[in-house]
Amino acid sequence: MTIGLSHFLILSACLFLTGVFGIFLNRRNLIIILMSLELLLLSISINFVGFSMFLGDIAGQIFSLFILTVAAAEAAIGLAILVVYFRNVGNINVKEINKMSG
Amino acid sequence: MVVFSKNPINSVLFLIFSFINTAGIFLIAGAEFLALILVIVYVGAVAVLFLFVIMMLDLDVNQLKGEIKKYYKVGIPIGLTILVEMGLIIFLDPFKNESAFLNKWQVNSELSNTERIGEVIYTDYFYHFQISGLILLVAMIGAIVLTLRHRDYVKRQNAEEQIMRDPDRSVELKDLRIKGDSQ
Repeated sequence: MTIGLSHFLILSACLFLTGVFGIFLNRRNLIIILMSLELLLLSISINFVGFSMFLGDIAGQIFSLFILTVAAAEAAIGLAILVVYFRNVGNINVKEINKMSG
Repeated sequence: MVVFSKNPINSVLFLIFSFINTAGIFLIAGAEFLALILVIVYVGAVAVLFLFVIMMLDLDVNQLKGEIKKYYKVGIPIGLTILVEMGLIIFLDPFKNESAFLNKWQVNSELSNTERIGEVIYTDYFYHFQISGLILLVAMIGAIVLTLRHRDYVKRQNAEEQIMRDPDRSVELKDLRIKGDSQ
């Protein structure tokens, strides 16, 4: 059995769905939402690499590298905001997080 | 598993698991550089960052019970729709004719994967590369500024005060009178 592009796309779609469900079904913990975001970016990255292999073009892998950069920056900023919020409020329930505005 | 486990630490460990699996898939696909970068950056840095934050926040696990049942009404139609679409794609398999491209591509390439990336990233994608470095710098400064706090009991260096100090104002001469000295 050879590995084709469709296998990459199926795997990526499964990971993306997992991430989306993680965001939608989760109403308790902000950290898990951040991890779901990481899963979404990872699935996009798999898509890029799969198409890059498929087309024989290296550009897909470079964009995947940029996605990794942005994901790392986003995780750092998100966790920093989370730490500050926890220091001020005392919990990180998503329900009460609308206090942050204003 | 990342989504449904009760304890956040377990979900971080499952996240690491899925990242390592993805790195293996990248290796199969021939993207060695990205696979190793994924292991180093994610498993080495981001996942450890998540673990640190979870342990630092010290959450009460029992307090975080899920309330998934409320969202079943919305979730089930969306899930069914996406499942049907994915099933259509899997069974129709529009890329069937294009299978077995991997071996063909890997035989043709003479340079290694890392060399090809390095060849392109400093020439064609130079500005993108610089901008991604800038993004990382901004993220680093932002994280430090957000989490830094000044405590009153920690002595800090005041550079201006040190520079403006001069001997006339800081040294004071005093006459000492020694006991038993008769003058």
